[in-house]
Amino acid sequence: MSGLASYACFFFTVALTYGVATLGLNLQWGSAGLFNVGVAGFAAVGAYAAAWLTAAPAAGHWGGFQLPIALGWIGAMAAAALAAAILGAITLRLRADYLAITTFGAAVTIELVALNAQTLTGGPFGIAFIPKPFEALADRPLAFGAANLALVAAVAALAYWALERLTGSPWGRVLRALREDEAAAASLGKAPDAFRLQAFVIGAALIGLAGAMQAQFFGFIAPDNYLPVLTFQVWVMLVVGGSGNNRGALLGALAVWALWSFSGTALAALLPGTLQARGAALRVVAIGVVLAGVLLLRPRGLIGERATVSRHISG
Amino acid sequence: MIAQILVDGITSGAMIGLGAIGLTLTYGLLRFANFAHGEFATWGAYLALLVAGAIGPADPLGPLTFGWPLLAALAASMVLTALLAAALDGVLFRRLRRHGSAITLVIASFGASLALRSALEFGFGPQPWYYTRDIAMTVRLGPGMRATWDQLAVLGLAIVLMLAMHLLMTRTPLGRAMRAVSENPDLARLAGIDPARIVRVTWLLGGALAASAGVFLGVTVQLRPSMGFELLLPLFAAAILGGIGSVPGAMLGGLIIGIAEAASVPLAGAQYRAAVAFVVMLAMLLVRPSGLFGGRGG
Repeated sequence: MSGLASYACFFFTVALTYGVATLGLNLQWGSAGLFNVGVAGFAAVGAYAAAWLTAAPAAGHWGGFQLPIALGWIGAMAAAALAAAILGAITLRLRADYLAITTFGAAVTIELVALNAQTLTGGPFGIAFIPKPFEALADRPLAFGAANLALVAAVAALAYWALERLTGSPWGRVLRALREDEAAAASLGKAPDAFRLQAFVIGAALIGLAGAMQAQFFGFIAPDNYLPVLTFQVWVMLVVGGSGNNRGALLGALAVWALWSFSGTALAALLPGTLQARGAALRVVAIGVVLAGVLLLRPRGLIGERATVSRHISG
Repeated sequence: MIAQILVDGITSGAMIGLGAIGLTLTYGLLRFANFAHGEFATWGAYLALLVAGAIGPADPLGPLTFGWPLLAALAASMVLTALLAAALDGVLFRRLRRHGSAITLVIASFGASLALRSALEFGFGPQPWYYTRDIAMTVRLGPGMRATWDQLAVLGLAIVLMLAMHLLMTRTPLGRAMRAVSENPDLARLAGIDPARIVRVTWLLGGALAASAGVFLGVTVQLRPSMGFELLLPLFAAAILGGIGSVPGAMLGGLIIGIAEAASVPLAGAQYRAAVAFVVMLAMLLVRPSGLFGGRGG
């Protein structure tokens, strides 16, 4: 019974870290209409920054500052935000789909650096022994899992609350106005590039935070964790949940992570041993088909964006 | 040294150019960046492997490592991959075009790309495959310049395909119609051109050319499930470099990316080769986002 409970804690902990990343992507795509295909890259930047800041010194990689985990997470957000600011400054003034291509390229390049800059990142072996929050509780699995879940739930709730405030504010209104009709919004004196860059940077910081939290909960990172399939997962979460809606983003993260975990267990049980390694590939096919189905049949997702109508009209 | 970089760069650049033609055409025509385009190259390569395997072994042609079965397989795989590209459009993209925005198509293509690649990985496993295990014989082209006969044959075939594509686009009514729809679909419709037919033809051509690039990559390197996905960034870079929608631009862009990648190997090491396309592309977007041939960018 306690095994099941600690598994549930672990499941929701991981799902909520994805939820934070999906919230970040929702600000970029759902509110600002910015197409980020480099989610995995920003998550990697956050994860490696947190690992460098909080882990103990080791021969295999750079860093080892042994800072408190909270500082590691702030550093992760700052690093991802910086990467987004540089990339955004170059590409946000271009047409929307160029942003998609350049963020994709950035993610590929970041993965290459993680894989090959051995002295910095530990190369293919990654970074191990990243300190976990509440390590003192580690010999009591249920308490350990519950404490971790409480922590990530608090972070996710804080991110949700902040984003609801942001997107409901005049700032959020300008973002949506720019997404719908850039020329009209610009004619009202709103600088499109500045607003977009802010949304892109804040969203990337949240994705970096999600990467850092995952690194800290798993205690180990390697370049394999940041393949394009991660980007794809977060996108499917947002599309399934309903982009433009923060609650939808969280719900999508839970639903898709449940589907992902369940399909992994099911394939492991159904496929013979020789096909196990290839079974992982089938899982991606299944999620791809789910995405296509949602896009075709229910483009608004589980909960779509709320219609924003002036109170003077709706009365 | 420099001469050798040119030889390697031009052969890989020709393959990038072949793949980029289809990408730039669908991009220009349908206004969306198709992240699944690289998978057409992968599927083309593996389909040719299946066809060549079904035909059975034959004596290699002259100093090459492959015989006529692979050439037949190349033709068959181009046809099959063209149909795959058209089918993907019919099942997914055409329906989304009706009610979705261009960017919904990009998400869908990203999903299709992962699904297509994973399906191949399920079927063939993650390990590399080869069309043949024979050692490729090299030929000395000049001082410090060597190429395999395979590389030269592939380069020759790529040039023939590119020339044919260029003639098709500039000298035939079909090519004129394709350019017209890409420039202005409404005006083209007024002139009696059926845009839906042109879209179908563009997918068929793009899929076939990508398949040829995949087969050539398989001949000169190896077949892996991720080969097309790794080609994607160079393809986009070539299309943007040449200007979206421009066929000669894609060929020239491919050549530039291929040479830049080959030149980077002695400077930064082979492991960063894939990042070169990204850097060249960023530089181009900073300086001249519309591309060398002034396509529909910016």
